[in-house]
Amino acid sequence: MSHESKIIIKDFSFYYASVQALQNINFNIPPKEIFTVFGPARSGKTTLLKSMNRLTDLTFGTRYTGAIFLDGMDIYDPKVDLTQLRRRIGMVFDLPTPLPMSIFDNIAYGPKLSGTNRRNRMDEIVEKALRSAVLWEEVKDRLHTSALRLSGGQQQRLCIARVLALEPEVLLLDEPCSGLDPISTASIEETLFKLKKDYTIILVPHNIQQASRVADRAGFFLNGELVEEGPVYQIFTKPKDKRTEDYVTGRFG
Amino acid sequence: MIINRTRYLTQGVAKILIWLGALLTIGVMLLILFQILKEGLPVLHLHFFLESPKEMGREGGILSTIVGTAVLTVVAIVVGAPLGVGTAIFLREYTRESKMSRMIRFGTDCLAGVPSIIFGLFGFVFFVIKLNMGWSILSGGLTVAAMILPTIISTAEESIKAIPYSYREVSHSLGGTKWQTVTRVVLPGALPGIFTGILLSVGRSIGETAAVILTAGSSLVMPTSLFSPVRTMSVHFYILAREGISMEMAYGTGAALILFVLIINVMAQWLINRYIRHRT
Amino acid sequence: MQLQGKIIEKILLLIAFSSIFILALITFFIFEEGIPLVWKVGSKAFLFGDKWIPSKALFGIFPMIVSSFWVTCGALLLGIPLGLACTIFLSELTPPSVGTLFRPAIQLLAAIPSVIYGFWGLIVLVPLIRNHLGGPGLSILAGSLVLGFMTLPTIITISEDALKALPSSYKAGALALGATHWQTIWRVLLPAARSGIVASVILGMGRAIGETMAMIMILGNAVKMPTSFLDSARTLTTNIGIEMGYASGDHRQALFATGIVLFFIIMVLNTLAIFLSKRRVR
Repeated sequence: MSHESKIIIKDFSFYYASVQALQNINFNIPPKEIFTVFGPARSGKTTLLKSMNRLTDLTFGTRYTGAIFLDGMDIYDPKVDLTQLRRRIGMVFDLPTPLPMSIFDNIAYGPKLSGTNRRNRMDEIVEKALRSAVLWEEVKDRLHTSALRLSGGQQQRLCIARVLALEPEVLLLDEPCSGLDPISTASIEETLFKLKKDYTIILVPHNIQQASRVADRAGFFLNGELVEEGPVYQIFTKPKDKRTEDYVTGRFG
Repeated sequence: MIINRTRYLTQGVAKILIWLGALLTIGVMLLILFQILKEGLPVLHLHFFLESPKEMGREGGILSTIVGTAVLTVVAIVVGAPLGVGTAIFLREYTRESKMSRMIRFGTDCLAGVPSIIFGLFGFVFFVIKLNMGWSILSGGLTVAAMILPTIISTAEESIKAIPYSYREVSHSLGGTKWQTVTRVVLPGALPGIFTGILLSVGRSIGETAAVILTAGSSLVMPTSLFSPVRTMSVHFYILAREGISMEMAYGTGAALILFVLIINVMAQWLINRYIRHRT
Repeated sequence: MQLQGKIIEKILLLIAFSSIFILALITFFIFEEGIPLVWKVGSKAFLFGDKWIPSKALFGIFPMIVSSFWVTCGALLLGIPLGLACTIFLSELTPPSVGTLFRPAIQLLAAIPSVIYGFWGLIVLVPLIRNHLGGPGLSILAGSLVLGFMTLPTIITISEDALKALPSSYKAGALALGATHWQTIWRVLLPAARSGIVASVILGMGRAIGETMAMIMILGNAVKMPTSFLDSARTLTTNIGIEMGYASGDHRQALFATGIVLFFIIMVLNTLAIFLSKRRVR
C-alpha cells in the first residue's frame, strides 16, 4: 500500500491550544498527481498543508494525534530531520513572498542552506529551477536585480522556482493564485500541469473552478473534517455527500 | 456670550504660553550650543586635534584624549553590541512572552535607570579593584558597555520585530533552521536599525563622564595598551573647567565634544529617516 | 545539526541574562562595599546625621538627601510645565512637519553631554544669579534650572507617546460635544494620558536625582543643610563624585553607602514608573 500512495494521512487530528482545527483526517495521496484540498474558509486546509511539512511546529502550543506518512515514513517521528523533510516537501504560500534579495539569491537560498556553494553548480540549479517554473526567459537578463521588482505573477513563479531548486518530491500550494490577475493565474495553472509529471502536488485552490480545471483528485474539507474525497470528476459532478453537493453547487460558500 | 468668550480667551492664552514654552526650550538649547561653539570653534585648529595636552592641559591639543575616547568607545561597543543584539535575538526569536522574558525585560529597564555615578562605583570596585585591571581603557570600556546595553537591546528588538513574519516562514519552509533564518534573513534586514542603536550608544559613550572618571582614570599620557589609564575628552573638559586650568582649552574641548556628538546624532537621525522610509 | 541548534539556543539564553546578571553584580558590590560602614556608624546616624566630616569619622548624609530633594523638586518645577508645554506643542498645536524638526531637536537636547550643561551653567547662570540675586551663585537655583532643562527630553518623549496612544475617539468626541481645542486638551486628553505623563515625570525625577557632573560644576560644595535656593549644596551624587577621587578606608565605604541610598531611591522610582507605564496599556 505504501508504495502506491506518496502520502498517507491516518487518523490525524490537530489542535491549536484547545481549539481543534482538524478532526480525524484519513486519506491517501497518490504520487505525481494533483490533489486538491478545497472547502470554505477556516476549514483546516492551510493547517493540513502546514502539518505536512511540519511548519506548524513553529507555532507554540500545538498538538496533534495520529500520523502522516511520506513514502511510509512517519514525518512526526522524533528522529526525522526537519530540514530534510522540508526539502522533500516544499511549500508555496498564498501571498507571493520573495525574500528581500536578488532573484538569483532567492532561488539559491534553499540550496545554500544545505551547503551547496560552488558557483557554477549554483548557476545550473538556478537556471533549471527558473525554467521549470516558466520564469527563466523573463528574468534571465536580470538575475541579480531585486526580486521585489517583479510583478505579482512573476513573484509567485519565483516562489515556485525557489521551492523547485531544492528538488522536492511533493509541492504544497496554498492558494498560489490569490491576488493574481487571470493571465498570471493561467500561466501558473499551466506550470502546474507541466510540474505534475515529476512532482506530487497538493493544491488549495482559489475557487472551485480552479480545482475542477486543474486537479486529478479532490478532497472536500468542512470545519476541520474531511467530508469526502475521490477523483475530481466524481466529486464535482456526482458527490456522495450532501454537504459536498451543497458546496459544489454554490448553496453555501 | 460672556462664557463663550472666556473659553476662547483661556485657549488663546494657553496657546501663547505653550508656544513661548516651546520656543524657550529650543532657544535655550541653541543658546548653550552657540555660546560654547562661538568661543570654542576658533580654538579648533588642526594642531588642536593632532597634539596631546601639555602643561596639564594649558597648552597643546587634545590628541591623547581623542585617542582615549575612541579606543574606550570601541571596547564598549565590541563588548556591548554582541551582548545586546544576542539578547534581542533571544527575546524575539527563541522565546515567547513568559515569566522569563518579562524578567529579562525588567532587568534591562532597571539597568537603563541606573545613574552613571553608580556605574562608576561598580566599575571601580569590580573592574579596577577586584579584577585588578586598574584604571584603564578596559575598565572604562567594560563599564560603559554595561551602560549602553539597554539601548542596544531595545533598538535591536525594535528592528528585529519589524521584519515580517512571512520571511521567517519562507526560510523555515525551505529547510532553514532557526539560527540560519536569523543570520540570513532577520539580521540583515534589521541591520540598519541595530546600527542606529550602536551609533546612539557611541554618542552616549563619548559624552559619559562620571562612570569613566572613576574607572579609566585621568592620565594625560597617550595610552599604549588597553590597560593604560586614559583621560577621555569629556573628562578632560570637566577637569579643565572645574580646575579653571584654561578657559580657552576648555571651550575648545567643549566645542570638539559638541561637534562629535552632533555629527553622530545627525547621522543616527538620518539613518532612522532613511530606514523608516525604506520600510514603508 | 540539531545539537548545534540547541547549543546556540543555550548560548543566547546566557547572553540574554547578561543584563540581569550585571544588575545583580552592581547591587551586590555596591552593598558589599557600603553596608559595613552603615552598620559601623548606625543607619539612623548615617541617614539622619547632619554632619559629614570624614576626617572626624562623621558620616551623616541627611543634608545631601535634603539637597537632592530640593534640587530635584526645583528641576521638576521647571521641567513639568515646560515639558508639558512642548509635548502639547508637538502633538496638538503644530502640523506634523514641525514635529519632524522639533523632535530631533529634543533628541539632540538629550544627547548633549551633561558636562556641557554644567559648563554653561557655570559660565552663564552662576554669575547671573550671583550678581542679581545674591549668594555665591553656585546654588540650588542654578542646579534646578539646568537640571530641569536636562529632564525635558525624558518628560517630552514619554508624555508624547502617552498622548499618541490615546484613541482618536477621545478627541473627536470631545470636540463634537462643543469643547474648544484647549478644553479638549486640558480636560480630556491630558487626564486620559495621566499615568503615562506621571510615569514620564517619575522617570525624569530618577534622571534628575542621578545627575552628577553638571551638579558638581554648579551646586558649589557646601556640606550643610540648605536654607534657601541660593545656598550652595551637595547632593547624594555630588557627594560621591567629588570625594571618590581621594577617599580611602571608611571614607570610601561611606561614599559607597551613599551610593546604596541613591541606588535604592532610584530603583523605587524606576519600578514605579515602569509599573505605571504598563498600566497605561489598559
